[in-house]
Amino acid sequence: MQPIVEFQNICKEYPGVVANNNVSFKIIRQSIHAILGENGAGKSTLVKILYGHVKPDKGQIIINSDLVTINSPTMAQTLGINMVFQHFSLFESLTVAENLILGMSEKISLSKLKSNSETICNKYGFNLNLNSPISSLSVGQRQSVEIVRSLLNNPKILIMDEPTSVLTPDEINKLFKIIKKLVADGLTVIFISHKLDEIINLSDHVTIMRNGEVISNLTTKNEDPESLGYKMLGYKVTKTKQINNVNYSENVLSLSNLSSFSQDPFTTNLNKINFNLKKGQIFGIAGVAGNGQKELMEILLNENDFEFNGDIIFKNININKLSTFQRKSLSISYVTEQRLGHSAVPEMSLSENILLSMNHKTEFKKGDFINFDRINSYANDVIKNFNVDTPSFNVKAGKLSGGNLQKFIIGREIMSDPELLILSQPTWGIDAGSEAFIKKSLIELSHRGVSIIIISHDLDELLEVCHNISVLYEGSLSKSLNVENIDITKLGKYMGGLFD
Amino acid sequence: MVYLINIKLREDYSNLIFYLSPLVAVFLTLFFGSFIFLLLDLSPIESFKIFFISPISNSYGISELFVKATPLAIIALGLSYCFKNNIYNIGAEGQLTMGAIFGGGIGLLFNDSTSIFLLPLMILFGAIGGAFWATIPALLKTKFNTNEILTSLMLTYVALFILDYFVVGPWKDPAGYGLPKSMPFPDAGRLPVLFDGLRIHIGVYFAIIICFISYIVYNKTLFGFKLRVSGFSSKASQYAGFKYKNLIFYTFLISGACAGLAGLFEVSGPIGLLYRDISPNYGFTAIIVAFLGRLNPLGIILSSLLIALTYLGAEDAQLFLKIPSAVGFVFQGLVLFFLLGTDFLNKYKVSIS
Repeated sequence: MQPIVEFQNICKEYPGVVANNNVSFKIIRQSIHAILGENGAGKSTLVKILYGHVKPDKGQIIINSDLVTINSPTMAQTLGINMVFQHFSLFESLTVAENLILGMSEKISLSKLKSNSETICNKYGFNLNLNSPISSLSVGQRQSVEIVRSLLNNPKILIMDEPTSVLTPDEINKLFKIIKKLVADGLTVIFISHKLDEIINLSDHVTIMRNGEVISNLTTKNEDPESLGYKMLGYKVTKTKQINNVNYSENVLSLSNLSSFSQDPFTTNLNKINFNLKKGQIFGIAGVAGNGQKELMEILLNENDFEFNGDIIFKNININKLSTFQRKSLSISYVTEQRLGHSAVPEMSLSENILLSMNHKTEFKKGDFINFDRINSYANDVIKNFNVDTPSFNVKAGKLSGGNLQKFIIGREIMSDPELLILSQPTWGIDAGSEAFIKKSLIELSHRGVSIIIISHDLDELLEVCHNISVLYEGSLSKSLNVENIDITKLGKYMGGLFD
Repeated sequence: MVYLINIKLREDYSNLIFYLSPLVAVFLTLFFGSFIFLLLDLSPIESFKIFFISPISNSYGISELFVKATPLAIIALGLSYCFKNNIYNIGAEGQLTMGAIFGGGIGLLFNDSTSIFLLPLMILFGAIGGAFWATIPALLKTKFNTNEILTSLMLTYVALFILDYFVVGPWKDPAGYGLPKSMPFPDAGRLPVLFDGLRIHIGVYFAIIICFISYIVYNKTLFGFKLRVSGFSSKASQYAGFKYKNLIFYTFLISGACAGLAGLFEVSGPIGLLYRDISPNYGFTAIIVAFLGRLNPLGIILSSLLIALTYLGAEDAQLFLKIPSAVGFVFQGLVLFFLLGTDFLNKYKVSIS
């Protein structure tokens, strides 16, 4: 069949990262085309280019055999391309109909719009009351509003970015039926996902992307979840690196049956998470963003009294109820995902940022006063030992580059002699030199008997540094895999949500 | 063609300009203020002379400048604790009123006292009254997460009505010809003046001491550090393990106590008794003073003097230029407007495409 969309040599580079590198493939008319890849593989950038949201550096897009330049989403819509985003843009206090009319590019009366919308709802089985306010709708219904809004523009191509990430299994089934019906009626659907079984069930073709490049174009019916998972990750086997075995047997941290029950639709509830961390062990928690990493870190750090069931045992002490301050006093250290404004205050000097995390230690205080000599010399030691490129400890943290600041933060925590160090995305968005230095520092730290948990979307990093890896998927934690003789097929399946 | 205004955060946000922008704001206020005078058919130069120079051209004028600047500085220093912590206590006027009621009430209760302890007791109760009134929005904020801007503001009006009740009711002076005012405080309950014949009083010393203590607290203590961290980022404050609710409480208490102190100084100093209009909006104007002084203790002292001058200038302008004294508030408003404007332009880059 003739392709409806053809990408030709699409390139897009952001400072420090190549998002798309010579991406070329075709999408067949009236089919469901899945794009599969890890975080940062370039899927979102590619569809944003198609939707006119991002301008490519190079390359062209051919639609219906015509070479087109798509400068804006409005232009994409006139070409018949519409997109349903992962995060909705709806006005809570307005009704469904009012939200729909706001999305229309041409003038239309409210009554005409209502009758058009009702036709679409009836035809495809969307269960929507056009007069209810958005605030009263479930997440699944809100997504329906977004889809109906796109369909009102009579699209030829519909892009859906991770549409199932916020839905219940029942809602997913419904959505899939709707998508299949839409395609039967002539639509082409581009479906972005990292869930292997969904791709197998739904799509006709699948393009696998990695590091901004297309790895392969496949016809789905020839594949199974294992083969897809392997193709997504297979290259990684060669990248693993041996690190010392754990010689200790002493348990440092145990989580048992950790579960959470938040009502907020944009949080992932944790489901009976169990693991044991030994002294000197580096434990990696892999998985695609939004599968409960944020919530797990929230519980481990306890900044907001996030509610949960289960127990956290640190060296035979139940620390469920202990505050961040008390946990730090027990020599647990934290490096959060967000550097500026969380684990460091950009407006404050480096030495003040030492005090930020070390204020539980009496050595930095003189009664109620700050011991400036101590924090200054501590800051100096961190700068020296961790190769932080800065003229002085008086420089504001916000003036440092990402890599330098992260070295400073991790150095600050390491030099406080923790027994357990918990890091989230430790090398995200920093230069290669700093990244290598941080990885080396973490491995050395584990040799000194310190236990480390790394929560990361970056599998390469985990395979390089960790002893064991588990995957977090929709709030559940997989069995832990030993990195030394890791079974990549299994890891791929875990990443796609297929646990044993 | 549609023109869109783009507003982008500046990465090279300048610290120097942050401290210079009050000067720019004052300059712009004078510049635009001269147009107001022109519109009123007055010579700008003559008018500025009457407004800003003649009020402080003699010792009485300078004394009056300090009389007005003292409550402004004390309240604004207190408010700076809240504002640094990103807590917006807008109710200093009410806390001032409550301080006057508590402290003044002590003065009326012991109205035949000659004890040297009367004044210290009144000062203490003034601070307690203000702190007590600030506790209410603090509790509502920490327990029920209410918006402190609304609660503290509304409580101001409640406090004003309570004062009203006392001066027309139980505390009305029997010998006062039915006017809504209390009897005068005894001499032992009056604030000593610094020079005979002038109204400048020992409240000035309090302002200087509070300024000095605040400087130490902000720069040398862990408490000041906690306030600054929380003001910059509440997430960083949680990461550091600070108890934000306690900080909210303490900052409200400090600012309430300062406002109460200022209220007591007004009634036991220049006024000498309780009546309805004890404050020409000092509690609100102090908000401008605090921001114009960049929440910096020394800066607040300077800005309190400048804003006090607008009060005096407005009085002289009414007298000599026959224009309403509300022009003083126009100048205060202009200063705040230009300060917010310069801050915004320092922090964001605005372009049109």
